[in-house]
Amino acid sequence: MATVSLEVNGRAVTAEVDPRTLLVDLLRKQLRLTGTHVGCDTSQCGACVVHVDGRSVKSCTMLAVQAEGARVTTIEGLAPDGRLHPVQAAFRECHGLQCGYCTPGMIMTAVALLQEHPEPTEAQVREHLEGNICRCTGYQNIVRAILSAAQELRALPKAS
Amino acid sequence: MYEFEYVRPQTVATAVEQGGAGQYLAGGMTLLPTLKLRLAQPGRLVDLNALPELQGIRVDGNVVRIGAMTRHADVARSAELRRAAPVLAELAGGIGDPHVRNRGTIGGSVANNDPAADYPAAVLGLGATVVTSAREIAGDDFFTGMFSTALAAGELIRRIDFPVPKRAAYAKFPNPASRYAMAGVLVAETAGGIRVAVTGAGPCVFRVPEFEAALTRRFAPEALDGLEIPSDGLNQDLHGSPEYRAALVTVMAQRAVAHAAARG
Repeated sequence: MATVSLEVNGRAVTAEVDPRTLLVDLLRKQLRLTGTHVGCDTSQCGACVVHVDGRSVKSCTMLAVQAEGARVTTIEGLAPDGRLHPVQAAFRECHGLQCGYCTPGMIMTAVALLQEHPEPTEAQVREHLEGNICRCTGYQNIVRAILSAAQELRALPKAS
Repeated sequence: MYEFEYVRPQTVATAVEQGGAGQYLAGGMTLLPTLKLRLAQPGRLVDLNALPELQGIRVDGNVVRIGAMTRHADVARSAELRRAAPVLAELAGGIGDPHVRNRGTIGGSVANNDPAADYPAAVLGLGATVVTSAREIAGDDFFTGMFSTALAAGELIRRIDFPVPKRAAYAKFPNPASRYAMAGVLVAETAGGIRVAVTGAGPCVFRVPEFEAALTRRFAPEALDGLEIPSDGLNQDLHGSPEYRAALVTVMAQRAVAHAAARG
């Protein structure tokens, strides 16, 4: 067993893990943060995307021990006080989800995109979703939701 | 996954010491899926992610030095690189998807030598030098076959030195699902002449002397009209036949030439 210490959604966490444990299993099974989903488990679908030190990664393709000292944000961390993040709100408003399985990964991917490119074109949004698969094929409204959230976020006063 | 011992060395010297009896873990974008499928059983994983000296991009006059643990996303967004050797930033920006680019590394890609990976085309096409824990290996001698390289057991890539080309571009036809290259061609005008390197089409990255000769006479897409590499030995899978890939190689080479020529 190995000990891993990291920050998850702003909270310091220390856990005992087998070195083979995937980051997504640490999050879901040990920390009970089940908002992050496992879709394909083969690094293709993006349902398990979380942020590690501010960057989107597939948490099924990273060992939990590799997150030592890292700052991890999951879908739960986007709405710490129960108020939806603007990207979450836009997904609801634009009907950007059908079965909802891919949604946490889609939203974490969108948040990372908008942090880097606050004014993406539709083509940029579609290209950025390369690693996220929606098996309901609801891409049209996902893209609409992300563009709408981009507008919303730009209108917000800067936090700092 | 089979059981393994996990170590995260803090110095390159320790990593090399531990690497002899183990498997290096760089970005893990190929290795972790391989372990999950139990296609490999390393006794020890030597994680290279705590070695800042293996990370970073430095432009030294006419040489671009990229640390082995530099992520594709960092190569893609490097302003310095976009000025000195935009071909590298473009190539890195087209690998996999954003999440893969946030983890995957140049050293991992080159050491793995997947037949359809993008970076081998840059190392061979730009005539780069692979700097390891033991020696310097010329790009021309590095790739020895499908998934195999000149690296000895335990030898660790520290960085890759790319001579800045006069002009260069990379064009690939990605597999629509995996984004791996079905054919990717890097064309470069270097101090040593024109170089054309092809990935994705065969079992291992290779150069095309006939294309290089034609482009030396005239650096224009039309110079390759009517030229096609033999399809013998090219890859065959459900996405394309060897003949289709041979045709793609010419088209991608022409696109790369057009793009490089437009750069002046």
